[in-house]
This record gives sequence, C-alpha cells and structure tokens, in this order.
Amino acid sequence: MRMRHLIVFIGGLLFGFGLAFGGMSKQEIVLSFLQLKDLGLLLLLGGSAFVTALTINLAPKVLKRPFLGGEFKRRKRTLSKRTIIGAIIFGVGWGISGQCPGSAWASLGVGNIPVIIGIASMFIGAYIMGRFFT
Amino acid sequence: MFPLGIFPYIVGGILIGIGVSFIYIITGLHATQSSFFSTTLSYFSKIPYFQQKQYLNSRGWRITFAVGVILGALVYTLTLSSEGFFTTSMQWWRLALGGLLVGFGTRLSKGCTSGHGISGLGSLSTTSLYAVITFLVVGILTAMIVQALGVVP
Repeated sequence: MRMRHLIVFIGGLLFGFGLAFGGMSKQEIVLSFLQLKDLGLLLLLGGSAFVTALTINLAPKVLKRPFLGGEFKRRKRTLSKRTIIGAIIFGVGWGISGQCPGSAWASLGVGNIPVIIGIASMFIGAYIMGRFFT
Repeated sequence: MFPLGIFPYIVGGILIGIGVSFIYIITGLHATQSSFFSTTLSYFSKIPYFQQKQYLNSRGWRITFAVGVILGALVYTLTLSSEGFFTTSMQWWRLALGGLLVGFGTRLSKGCTSGHGISGLGSLSTTSLYAVITFLVVGILTAMIVQALGVVP
C-alpha cells in the first residue's frame, strides 16, 4: 500500500509539473484556448492522450500484469444521457471559469490562491450531484 | 493559432502522459481527477452514493495523487518558471459559479478533461470521445458568449 501511494505521488508530481509547464494552471490561458485565440491546449490534451494510449494499449502486450499486481484494465464507461448532459454542464462551467478538476490543483501549486473558491465550489457541485441526482 | 509557441504545450502534455503511464504500468490504476471530489466526500457523508465500495477503495490514493499534482506544479514554479507565482484576474463569481458546474457536471458525466480526455481517449473509449467532443464544443461556445457579453478576461 505504501508503495502504491509513493508511485501515485510521483505520477502526480509529473502530472502537476506538466499542467503548470503547459500553462493550464492559468485560467487566462484556458480561456484563450476556449476563445480559439491559442489552440495550444489542444496539443497538451492530444499529447497526453497519445502517450497514455500508447501505454494502455502496449503495456498488456509487454507485461503480464502491473508491477504491483492486479491487472491491466481499460477505462470503461457506458454511454448514457448522463454522460452527455454532465459533459454539457461541465463545458459551461469550464467556459465560464477556465477551471477543471486537475488544473485547479495545479493552480494551487503555482500560487493561484483564488482558485480555492473554485475547488470549494467543485466539492459543493459534486455533493449536490451525489445527494440529489443518483 | 499558437501565440505562445507549441513547445510548452507539447512538453506539458507528454509529461502528463508519462505521469499517468507511470502510475498505470506499476499499479494498474487510472490516475484521473474528478472522482477525487466524490471519494473525498465519502469521509464526510454517509449517503450510500458516496459510500460505494469503489470510492472507499480509492479515496486514499486519490488524495495522495492530488497532493502530488499540487507539489508538481509548485516544483515547476520554483524551478523552470520564468515568472514565478501567478494569480488569476478571474472574478470570484466566475470561479464559484464555474466550479459549481464543473463539480456537478464532471461527476454526472463520470469524467473530466483528465478522466474522459486523457484516460478515456487513451483507452479508446467511444463514450469518452463523445464526452470530450461535447465539453469542448460547449466550453468554446460558453467562453465565446461570456466574451461577447463583455466579461473580461
């Protein structure tokens, strides 16, 4: 278990470093992407998805199982109305504020303290979803 | 199209992909982001939705992951960053309203830019592809409308 935490922590460091390096910790950069002034974040999303796709598709061919045990599974989600309605609501929030869950944590790391308001609100939104819409 | 160049975006994306891959190869976990809110709420709420087994099983490492992301961004700020710490000029009401919708929407959709965008697309999931197209299009339309209404930045 401790080993798992250590690995997740190191992966998190890379994730956060990459988000900050790519500017996604700045809401202004996210907005300039959504206003189609700077399409760079498309490269960040594409690059990260590409590397991840290589890993998820090649790892099971090279290794029998993850080093710490368990098995390699794809991330599976069943398409439903909730998938799309949720994505619409997320998109509106993203377009209003330039925040998403991962970039909000990276924002804290670059000293972007006002985003604490956004993170607190995300907790409230997630709570309302779990409390009243399940 | 790329006023800041493409270098930081490509390098940033590859680093994120390496982080996710590193965790996947060693632990088999999909290191995604928005589930954190639901799994962490399981510490505070007795509602069955938050107490589901997969949330209880993953709530520990998800906190570790979030701490890693924060510190990774901090390390960047203290080392390679040319401008140091950054504070957004975004109005508080936008952070609050946007955050509320992001929290609700990502949990309803079961994924965000990271869950659907990175791990979902990486898993070649068509569900995630539809979700990504949806939040990209809606995000762009919303940002354009907000801009057209004269709200700055």
